[in-house]
Amino acid sequence: MKPASFDYAAPNSLEAALALKAQHGDDAKFLAGGQSLIPAMNFRLVQTSLLVDVNNIRELDYVHESNGELHIGAMTRQRRLERDPLVKARAPLLHEAIPWVAHLQIRNRGTIGGSIAHADPAAELPVVVVALGARLKIQSNRDSRWVAAADFFKGLFTVDLAADEMLTEIVLPALPLRTGTAFVEFARRRGDYALMGVAAVVTLDEKGMCQDGRLVFLNAGEGPLNAKQASGMLRGQMLSPKLIDESATLAAQNEIQPMGNVHASAEYQRHLAKVLAKRALKTALERAH
Amino acid sequence: MADLHSIKLTVNGKTYEHQVEPRLLLADFLRHELGLSGTHVGCEHGVCGACTVLLDGEAVRSCIMFAVQANGHEIMTVEGLAKSQTELHPIQQAFHEAHGLQCGFCTPGFLMTLVPFLKENPNPTEKEIREAISGNLCRCTGYQHIVEAVKLVAGKKD
Repeated sequence: MKPASFDYAAPNSLEAALALKAQHGDDAKFLAGGQSLIPAMNFRLVQTSLLVDVNNIRELDYVHESNGELHIGAMTRQRRLERDPLVKARAPLLHEAIPWVAHLQIRNRGTIGGSIAHADPAAELPVVVVALGARLKIQSNRDSRWVAAADFFKGLFTVDLAADEMLTEIVLPALPLRTGTAFVEFARRRGDYALMGVAAVVTLDEKGMCQDGRLVFLNAGEGPLNAKQASGMLRGQMLSPKLIDESATLAAQNEIQPMGNVHASAEYQRHLAKVLAKRALKTALERAH
Repeated sequence: MADLHSIKLTVNGKTYEHQVEPRLLLADFLRHELGLSGTHVGCEHGVCGACTVLLDGEAVRSCIMFAVQANGHEIMTVEGLAKSQTELHPIQQAFHEAHGLQCGFCTPGFLMTLVPFLKENPNPTEKEIREAISGNLCRCTGYQHIVEAVKLVAGKKD
């Protein structure tokens, strides 16, 4: 299959790209890494009259640290993040999750911003930014605003972006002291879409009690699913194996909304969610010490 | 039809200037415009890996990238591997010796995935090899002989 015909522009600056998008609105699409968009165009699931290729905008490709926070340009390639020592040191959850994003050939092109803005419910990076409490910079030529990652995802492949806006930066806050993170997922083959996956973040207080916890699932609803009841029951408690089991069970049985598919029933996804959440919480707890 | 765009790129060390329609996939440009039919097109949606080429030295899928995006970049295809008509690249030689191919359709994609992989990791474990080739589908070999070929070229044949 081949894409339908479209016009193409590859501006060198963010300002020029935003001007084109403002002019053409929903008739134009941004092309980031293209690893989801181009397959969809090949199948003609997506047709657009103008493709605004943002790969030449060098100013959106960076990783740097400022006041303990990690600032990542939206057009930074996933493979670069996978290799980046700063990401490994400051955002171990992102470092751990990235190798699970499709295959190496895809990560060589795919970008962090593209993956987040695409908002595939089975994707790893939306889960990571929600779990880490990231904030996202949204720009247009009329405005610039910040939105919390948790508020950015609105539903299946739907995000808080107007027709003239672009996600330009991802900011990951510094992890609090005594914080451990873990990412686990299960796929039928390496690189396939995961049947289930979860990120866990655990912060302990000085006495070793859980001060804060978070469990965010992929493929468990219309977007990254933050299991708030399950993580709420961890707060102020010692994380015993029994409590971890109860929390994982609550998330898997009551909070996630797996839809099931040809490869896995919803019931099997709930089973996976429980097993994976236990593993993730246990690992995050060990790393928090 | 959309406006044509001028592109200038290097493929296997040779510079080309062409006019392309934006929707032309890089894989189709290489095959139909340049006649480099060694890059194979399997699934056309980035799953099978048969169309893998090097873009500035890194393995990418040429079926989910537009030719117009390769403007100003360096591409290497399977045709660029062998030094001459008679001398295979070491990874090609290893595939030959270890019987790493049967029908051969997937082979160019495997080779172009493995070249940068072995450059970055010259002494891979079997697990690393299998992970590296996880984005390439082969329906003949069962992968065992491909893994053997990689071990052979990495000097790790037991």
